[in-house]
Amino acid sequence: MDELKLYTYIAVFGSFAVYFGIAWWARAGSTSDFYVAGGGVTPMQNGMAIGADWMSAASFISMAGMISFLGYGGSVFLMGWTGGYVLLAMLLAPYMRKHGKFTVPEFIYDRYYSKTARVVAVICLIIASLTYIIGQMKGVGVAFSRFLEVDYDLGLYIGMFVVWVYAVLGGMKGITYTQIAQYCVLIFAYTIPAVFISLQLTGNPIPQLGLGSTLADGSGVYLLDKLDMVVTDLGFKEYTTDNMGGTVNMFAYTMSLMIGTAGLPHVIMRFFTVPSVKAARQSAGYALVFIALLYTVAPAVGAMARLNLMNTIEPAAGQNMEYAERPQWFKDWENTGLLQFEDKNGDGKIQYNADKETNEMVKVDRDIMVLANPAIANLPNWVIALVAAGGLAAALSTAAGLLLAISSSISHDLMKGILTPDMTEKNELLAGRVVMTLSIIVAGYLGLNPPGFAAGTVALAFGLAASSIFPALMMGIFAKKMSGKAAVAGMISGIGVTMLYVFQHKGIMFIPGTSFLGDMGPNWFFGISPNAFGSVGALVNFTVAFAVLKVTGPAPAHIQEMVDNFRTPHGGVSAAHDH
Amino acid sequence: MEGNETYWSENLRLIFICLAIWFVVSFGFGLILVEPLNAIRLGGYKLGFWFAQQGSIYTFVGLIFWYTKKMNDLDKKYNVEES
Repeated sequence: MDELKLYTYIAVFGSFAVYFGIAWWARAGSTSDFYVAGGGVTPMQNGMAIGADWMSAASFISMAGMISFLGYGGSVFLMGWTGGYVLLAMLLAPYMRKHGKFTVPEFIYDRYYSKTARVVAVICLIIASLTYIIGQMKGVGVAFSRFLEVDYDLGLYIGMFVVWVYAVLGGMKGITYTQIAQYCVLIFAYTIPAVFISLQLTGNPIPQLGLGSTLADGSGVYLLDKLDMVVTDLGFKEYTTDNMGGTVNMFAYTMSLMIGTAGLPHVIMRFFTVPSVKAARQSAGYALVFIALLYTVAPAVGAMARLNLMNTIEPAAGQNMEYAERPQWFKDWENTGLLQFEDKNGDGKIQYNADKETNEMVKVDRDIMVLANPAIANLPNWVIALVAAGGLAAALSTAAGLLLAISSSISHDLMKGILTPDMTEKNELLAGRVVMTLSIIVAGYLGLNPPGFAAGTVALAFGLAASSIFPALMMGIFAKKMSGKAAVAGMISGIGVTMLYVFQHKGIMFIPGTSFLGDMGPNWFFGISPNAFGSVGALVNFTVAFAVLKVTGPAPAHIQEMVDNFRTPHGGVSAAHDH
Repeated sequence: MEGNETYWSENLRLIFICLAIWFVVSFGFGLILVEPLNAIRLGGYKLGFWFAQQGSIYTFVGLIFWYTKKMNDLDKKYNVEES
């Protein structure tokens, strides 16, 4: 076994051993432990756990790569996936914590006194979470197969087993403390390579500052200016101004991601684990600090990796690298299929440019920018080994949060709430564990046989959260008179419009060939891409809800009293977790 | 419940201020006004680009902590703190 593989095994299985230890220490004894970690998590701990819960395989592996190739356009992910926490902290989390229940659909049921509303919320939650989980499971398989050369399927089984141990044994309690450990692993694994690369390129060890510094090669040229020059010379769009589909599209996209983030149940749920309203507000702040640590480094990673890649292939204009002399990492990633070269002009050299006719780098997968980044920059083996453990931590922590969201909505909302209300606490805890196990099996199955439409479905997850859950929760808190009928009408029309738009451009249920309007710019409504449409869906939701409210009359007095009650931290039924 | 109503309207005022800043730094500086701002430089960063990829995120963090502090003061002022 070579040195790199040995280090990788140590990093990966060492981190797994830590997770198992935590799982044993934080076993769940009650439904309150299982759903909300007993309500005793401190704001700082919760902030870290939210960080790991939120930052998925996509954030860790794919985001910097997307920014790398989108340039300025990639800003929608940076602003969208952080700005949502401002909304959470001010519009949702404190009030939902005050109300003090276990799940998001349960809050919707209490506020809108309607089983239909609860079921609609459960369905949205399950679709959004399942589509999201496919990506995590694929992330686990990819990390294993790429770094440990373990079979993709076997890697996925190992990942399923690890999650099963701590999620089923510990429920939210086990998940919380494992997520704290996973946050530490993933942030360490993400920032260390970035620090090295920033130091190499600019002499500044802080990547956020390095990105705005001059290059260390003595030329005195700013890194971003150099990058702009290199990419435009090869016919790509200018890095710092390339706006993805125009300002209107970027506006709608950012807004969809922000309100989608605020409406994702697996994130909101984490706010139920803290002891007070004050702690809920604080943990949103800490969460964003921990998230910002990665999200402000990501654009530096993206830009620097792009520059390194370009410089490797074409160190100076016209002096392209000989294919026969390509470095080891190039060969390694060619083997995985993520890099593909085709010598179109037969000169034995690599030409990489924006022209489809002459470009010879026929495939450069965006995930490479993070996965191969340390190798491209010639970093030591122990740094490369860290990336594998970090990617796994990111994928497993998010998967666990999603699994808990799914299983609690089934065992608590559907079974205990609607089908068998007289279930004992012991049986509900057992049901929670059984449902969790089944969810892991389903998620594993979907990871092994990803449906063809998997790539398109992340848009659906954010679209659903943005167009249904976020508006329903916000109106429930800020519009005291909002009634159940009006809210359900709003939710259904919000989802309807969003799904219709996504399907008409991407195909019905994402089946190719069934889209009746092609997925291209001129057919888009005001140039808004299907991924960005959640914000329009939310607007429709609000409009329909208020129109129906006007016709059908306000919510009953006791509901309005309940709203008054959860608007203030003190008093009322704040006896949170003892129902 | 007189007190609670002024508590709520003060809270709404705070939220409005925070969300106005939230909107200006991201959608305003990062997207709508990005071109004119890009004429200004912050080291190697074009200013509009910096707001879109760095500045807005730092502002978001500051906003949440400021709001949390203000709300704690407000809870005390109206005596609605948790016991």
